Amino acid sequence: MTDLVEQDVSAVTPSPASSSGSNTPVKSRVRSEAFARRLRARHVAERRFRLAGAAAVALAALMLVVLLGSIVAKGSTAFWEARIRLEVTLDPAEVAERNYAPILRRALHAQFPQVTDRAGKRVLNDLLSSGAPYELEAMVAKNPALVGTTLTVWVRADDEIDQLVKGRYRRDLPESERGLSDAKIAAADALLASGALAQGFNTTLFTAGDSREPEQAGIGGAIVGSLLTLLVTMALSVPVGISAAVYLEEFAPKNRWTDLIEVNINNLAAVPSIIFGLLGLAVFLGFFGMPRSAPLVGGLVMALMTLPVIIISARVALKAVPPSIREAALGIGASPLQTVLHHVLPLAMPGILTGTIIGMARALGETAPLLMIGMVAFIVDVPHGLTDSATVLPVQIYMWADSPERAFTERTSAAILILLGVLILLNGTAVILRKIFERRW
Amino acid sequence: MSITSGIPSPLKLRPRGDGRAEQRSSADLPAKMTARGVKVFYCAKQALKGIDLDIHENRVLALIGPSGCGKSTFLRCLNRMNDTVEGCRVEGRIALDGEDVYGKAVDAVQLRARVGMVFQKPNPFPKSIYDNIAYGPRIHGLASGRDELDEVVQTSLKRAGLWGEVKDRLREPGTSLSGGQQQRLCIARAIAVSPEVILMDEPCSALDPIATAHIEELIDELRANYTIVIVTHNMQQAARVSQRTAFFHLGEMVECDDTEEIFTNPRDERTQGYITGRYG
Ligand SMILES: Nc1ncnc2c1ncn2[C@@H]1O[C@H](COP(=O)(O)OP(=O)(O)OP(=O)(O)O)[C@@H](O)[C@H]1O
Ligand SMILES: [Mg+2]
Repeated sequence: MTDLVEQDVSAVTPSPASSSGSNTPVKSRVRSEAFARRLRARHVAERRFRLAGAAAVALAALMLVVLLGSIVAKGSTAFWEARIRLEVTLDPAEVAERNYAPILRRALHAQFPQVTDRAGKRVLNDLLSSGAPYELEAMVAKNPALVGTTLTVWVRADDEIDQLVKGRYRRDLPESERGLSDAKIAAADALLASGALAQGFNTTLFTAGDSREPEQAGIGGAIVGSLLTLLVTMALSVPVGISAAVYLEEFAPKNRWTDLIEVNINNLAAVPSIIFGLLGLAVFLGFFGMPRSAPLVGGLVMALMTLPVIIISARVALKAVPPSIREAALGIGASPLQTVLHHVLPLAMPGILTGTIIGMARALGETAPLLMIGMVAFIVDVPHGLTDSATVLPVQIYMWADSPERAFTERTSAAILILLGVLILLNGTAVILRKIFERRW
Repeated sequence: MSITSGIPSPLKLRPRGDGRAEQRSSADLPAKMTARGVKVFYCAKQALKGIDLDIHENRVLALIGPSGCGKSTFLRCLNRMNDTVEGCRVEGRIALDGEDVYGKAVDAVQLRARVGMVFQKPNPFPKSIYDNIAYGPRIHGLASGRDELDEVVQTSLKRAGLWGEVKDRLREPGTSLSGGQQQRLCIARAIAVSPEVILMDEPCSALDPIATAHIEELIDELRANYTIVIVTHNMQQAARVSQRTAFFHLGEMVECDDTEEIFTNPRDERTQGYITGRYG
């Protein structure tokens, strides 16, 4: 042992004989002029690269700010809605006939005693949303004791009044070119001045299904549809994808067949999503006769679409687990399945989860395949089951973006914001899960 | 291998605590494992060209030889770890207690519980120290109940000479230990399933001299209960810990004899060249 140490030391320390054997000290090449020049050039190249990188990041950040900024500017007001305060008297006879519109109208007319002609009253009626009577009806249904009493309620205003309150209405246009007549604007201004027209938080946006009237339209139905679709997608693609990846990576022999399968999986990941929609149309709707517009079918199609993404990312994660862990487990007599379940899979979990959530996020934002299976439909009801007709968030956005009403523009942006929020939530979950599952090596 | 060139006298190489009498009997001892005509192919490439070797019970056999000569390959045949290598084919016969380990009746999983392995790089599971040791007994059902498992963990760690250092931190991850401690943890993990044979592939190559001395001592103690095969590039280590030494060269087993014979009186000129550091 001692001579080993001595030998080692003498091997590392340059012996005087070798470095200055010829008495003329050789100038190190690392200190030559040419080397210094090259070194300078290397440093310059490095600075250039860093600058380019920082510029790229700055550009990306700027784009994001512009994009988000414009969406927020357009959409943030949709979270509020204009409401009108009314002093209603619930006449039992009218309530029994479920005739709520006259009750509201009478209450509104009472606020404008100077208006007596029919035309003037019709102008006033148009200030209210056509959905306002249903609001009142829901209120009474919840609390039947209200019948016969007089009470103050806030009901939704028409969408154009809503835009007017939010300052989005072009008052300077000539009367013939805008939807709101001068009389309506004057009435709304009077209500505003008396405090009977004000903005409140827009719960309809989150709870309601689609509607022709912007002030009654919400993305509640689309959110539930998205969740149901995602549920089906996850329930199918996660277990199937992970088992396929584990089998291919840990058990399957490496031969021509598995190579072929691998190539095909990679190809599938690159297939345009609309093709999956066509497949779903032909197979699930055409052959199996499943219902149109159903989250079940949407989920099946999305599962097919995300499967390759999950398989590929899971395989990458499994590959990254050091083989020494497998050898350690096998070496003490763990069976191959135990090795995978007890050691390899837990270590690969962070990567698998990241891939899975990225796949889910993609499925959540996907529109094209759903157009093929009829999920682009006007659906007023919030779906309650996997076979109910439903639509999903991105499709809802797509449909609203097509609507001419100004109030829908605002709601489109709001829906985009909500979709982005859900995506951020998903990705945040991915980060947190990765932190939880990550272990110190 | 300039290390061995400076060896002054054969006395220095005498295996620790072994007299001639015991050595002479080594060859006559019953063989725990026997290899006959073992050939290994990696795809078309032949790595071992017919190895005949006996591994004696309660003895340490050292495998030495230049890099790439097939020591690890041979070691991995003994517990069928080569099964997991794509394209690896083994021919010939390897027997454990007279039973062909590549035979149909033998299950590789059971074989690996009987023939344990310690790897070149310490590879503890990224779990607690306790779970590292307890994993083997758990999957093999060797301990019934919590107390018995605690007992197994404690004795294994004591045998591996690690108990004193880790007894207060059994819940900490095994990966938080130093390299030498990790290697002893791996040895403890291997003996926790009470194997009959322990295979060690350069167990000290990543360790400092003190940790190495620790493990060498440990090997000497383990010999009483286990049969050990160790691959090493350190001639002195081979001389210190083993009773028998086999010299491998280019996929062949050149000679196998009592360790002292090999180091003092090698029959083959290649062996002599290797141990005196002319090549390798
Ligand atoms: N998985 C493998 N695939 C293909 N060839 C391999 C594989 N493992 C080992 N070999 C080849 O088999 C031969 C023997 O390798 P082996 O690992 O047994 O050598 P070794 O004696 O252990 O060397 P070292 O002392 O460097 O560890 C080498 O030529 C090597 O290239
Ligand atoms: Mg080796």
